[in-house]
Amino acid sequence: MSVEAVDLVAYDEAVTQYDPVIGIEVHVELGTKTKMFCSAEVEFGGEPNTQVTPVSLGLPGALPVVNGTAVESAIKIGLALNCTIAESCRFARKNYFYPDVPKNFQTSQYDEPIAFDGYLDVELDDGEIFRVEIERAHMEEDAGKNTHVGGSTGRIHGAEYSLVDYNRAGIPLVEIVTRPIEGAGTRAPEVARAYVQTLRDIFRALDVSEARMERGNVRADVNLSLRPTPQSPLGTRTETKNVNSFRSIERAVRYEVQRQAALLNDGKSITQETRHWHEDTGVTTAGRVKSDAEDYRYFPEPDLVPVEPSRAWVEELRATLPELPAVKRRRLREEWNYSDVEMRDVVNAGALELIETTVAGGTSPAAARKWWMGELARYAKDNEIDLATVPVTPAHIAELQHLIDEKKINDKIGRQVLEAVLAGEGTPAQIVSDKGLEIVSDDGPLLEVIDQVLADQPDIVEKVRSGNMGPIGAIIGAVMKATRGQADAGRVRELVLERIR
Amino acid sequence: MTNIIKLSANDIAEKLNSGELTSVEVTQAFLDRIAAVDGTINAFVTVTADDALTTAREVDELRAQGATLHPLAGVPIAIKDVVVTDGVQTTAGSKMLEGWIPPYDATLVEKIKEAKLPILGKTNMDEFAMGSSTEHSAYGNTLNPWDTDRIPGGSGGGSAAALAAFEAPLAIGTDTGGSIRQPGAVTGTVGVKPTYGSVSRYGLIAMASSLDQAGPVTRTVVDAALLHELIGGHDPKDSTSLPDPAEGYVAAAQQGLTGDLTGVRIGIVKELTGEGYQPGVQARFEESINTLRAAGAEIVEVSCPSFTSALAAYYLIMPAEASSNLAKFDGMRFGLRVEPTEGPVTAERVMAATRGAGFGDEVKRRIIIGTYALSSGYYDAYYGSAQKVRTLIQRDFTAAFEKADVLVSPTSPTTAFKFGEKLDDPLAMYLNDIATIPANLAGVPGMSIPNGLSDDGMPVGFQILAPIREDARMYRIGAALESALEKQWGEPLINRAPELEAQA
Repeated sequence: MSVEAVDLVAYDEAVTQYDPVIGIEVHVELGTKTKMFCSAEVEFGGEPNTQVTPVSLGLPGALPVVNGTAVESAIKIGLALNCTIAESCRFARKNYFYPDVPKNFQTSQYDEPIAFDGYLDVELDDGEIFRVEIERAHMEEDAGKNTHVGGSTGRIHGAEYSLVDYNRAGIPLVEIVTRPIEGAGTRAPEVARAYVQTLRDIFRALDVSEARMERGNVRADVNLSLRPTPQSPLGTRTETKNVNSFRSIERAVRYEVQRQAALLNDGKSITQETRHWHEDTGVTTAGRVKSDAEDYRYFPEPDLVPVEPSRAWVEELRATLPELPAVKRRRLREEWNYSDVEMRDVVNAGALELIETTVAGGTSPAAARKWWMGELARYAKDNEIDLATVPVTPAHIAELQHLIDEKKINDKIGRQVLEAVLAGEGTPAQIVSDKGLEIVSDDGPLLEVIDQVLADQPDIVEKVRSGNMGPIGAIIGAVMKATRGQADAGRVRELVLERIR
Repeated sequence: MTNIIKLSANDIAEKLNSGELTSVEVTQAFLDRIAAVDGTINAFVTVTADDALTTAREVDELRAQGATLHPLAGVPIAIKDVVVTDGVQTTAGSKMLEGWIPPYDATLVEKIKEAKLPILGKTNMDEFAMGSSTEHSAYGNTLNPWDTDRIPGGSGGGSAAALAAFEAPLAIGTDTGGSIRQPGAVTGTVGVKPTYGSVSRYGLIAMASSLDQAGPVTRTVVDAALLHELIGGHDPKDSTSLPDPAEGYVAAAQQGLTGDLTGVRIGIVKELTGEGYQPGVQARFEESINTLRAAGAEIVEVSCPSFTSALAAYYLIMPAEASSNLAKFDGMRFGLRVEPTEGPVTAERVMAATRGAGFGDEVKRRIIIGTYALSSGYYDAYYGSAQKVRTLIQRDFTAAFEKADVLVSPTSPTTAFKFGEKLDDPLAMYLNDIATIPANLAGVPGMSIPNGLSDDGMPVGFQILAPIREDARMYRIGAALESALEKQWGEPLINRAPELEAQA
């Protein structure tokens, strides 16, 4: 790996000198049962070259057939991105020789994407909405996976030999391409990250992909160019490939802004090239030089008939689109009466759906937030697990809060019960019942305790009777202690006063 | 005793059904014939005698048990070596695939196996079906049984020669620009290119996906209809496959055999006759027209002006698609792998060395032409223009079929030429397909049937073209002409082929 010696320009300085323009290509692997053009199963982590057919191995004579579910997913994505859905579109062959592409051409879409001319409203951290224009979303197939063995870097240079796993070859992909994203200014890195994050949420909401970044279900290529002013023509861009976490997207854009600014300040020009992002060092390095003249000899795929989604089908899909995450968040924030900050924290903690389900179980939004963002968030943090995987369900929380609302237990007992639930001792109701934690609401046994306490403390009774209410707390405390906290403190107070008078 | 090998497939089927013959007897007769003459003819790249006899025995047993069988069950067949066969070497006539054993069957092979036709073997062909003489095979020339100094046509010279030499009663061919019909014409056999999409392409090693079509190679029109009904029909594994069931062809052929063509309009394509056609070819064509007229057909002349650009358009579209289809032959996954003799052994260099060594000149020529035609900056001028010509040709067909039910022409401008005559002149070789190419560009069905011998004593072919999905029409007209001509000749033309000497 060769790193060019670059003295980076400080980010804040770079964005005062230059206007960054980004462009993002996102590939999402669709979660279909079978591949884009054949019946090979799609499953993560299979033994190499077991999820293949003559089609996905590119054997002589094999022919592709389009996966209808993949087309449906692509249309849903297009609709969610406010795109026009093509009435007829064709696949095209992108010809290039590489061992992970079994036919030595990738079946993709070229000038006839299934969806085009859309936009996506992206919510930034402070709640500002930034509109990203979508140029197109098209269908294509994934390549196989090369493993280069024997080199120190894992890259092809220096490797002794390479292995190819075709399990991934032919998995359906949708590639979403933005128009140049202008006007983000200093927030370009944040916009880039928020855009991909929003897309990820949409893929999940549409149920078209598991959209797991760490598995490469979602891969982003980030284009960046700088220009002196927003009025200047677009500068030369670099394309940083396969930036595979939200944080890296933000960092990579930031880095490229700083690197390109440094080059421009030195009077150098930007080379149009693909660049690799290095997670460990936080830098990008040059990959292959990409010229516009790179010739893939695209032509319409003669083995496939055009895809012609009927308008009725498209409308049917549009009608069944789920509420998109950003819209849903806005609605819930209003319904729940959370502040922007509270809502953002909830979303960032991954508590939105947990709270939604808890609220659906009858709990107030405020109480639900209190449990999930309080006790449970702490538990998750202490145990270093996702909030969604703590051993408590929204149903548990709703049940627990219901016990409190019904005054069967109080808040303090509630927390004890939660601990027991976390310890796997059962449901809140079971635990309260098993441990006899229910608040004593029958005054009889309570009065017995009170009378005993009053008998034990004659001087305090005397002080209260003479009008000094101060020491009454000691009596209530003693009663609570004697009832192991199960008594309703307010009722205890009423009864104590009644008895003393 | 009946000379089994000279029987038509339909006759064999009847004799199997009546119990007069067994499939083992029949299959053995053809295997014996192959053993006797194929050392000379070289129609087969691979002979699968054991598999064929196993199927034959199975059919005989099933028949003995009274099982219901396909009409062609037990009738042997040969398959062009461009069609993949599970467990049997499939070379496409190329060194690139020498020894390649496919792990799956083409859809049409599945159908043949399901119907239990003993498969005799795989037939020789021009490499990747590129050629009109079978001289471009990596497995030697196939000789024309009518004159072993002459080519058997191409690319399916092996299948046609196997029929003409009585080495098989049925064969499968593929036709991208004439590879079934032109070999049929020059060997005195019948060849049918069905409507594009009528027979599944799944398992055909592709040359040009939008043009390739598999079809029957036989000695009679009825046999072709029988085989077409067997191999045709919708295949969910081929996106371009038509939904139509393959039926009505045999019935149409039988209707044709009655000899009555009253009310049928037959169009002579002006652009596909006359100048450039060998006098003997032209003369037989005109005689056949008279025969058809005598059968009651109305003869009209039609003009298809765009056909004059068909060859040029074809030699852009076909190589363009071929250049992409043949990219997979790179030594990485199957077939030949050649490492560079010096320098680093990188994937790219292995690909280059493999393709350099594995492909023959004609294949390389077409890959280079196709790569060029698709290059950015040239795409519109070449591939784009060719596609426009293709649309014009389709329109010419549509207009012509308003005036005529079928169109006719000589299949090939000349009879079989001698080996080597055109090998160094690709353009002269390409001109052989001038009359057959328009059908592929438009997707319409075409048939070639023998209609006599030229002055050089070599067979001549008569081409019948029908509208898309109207394959039945050409079976009717073809059968009518065939029966009328055989009455004139007093026997099938193929019987006039010289006897081949059996090898010791």
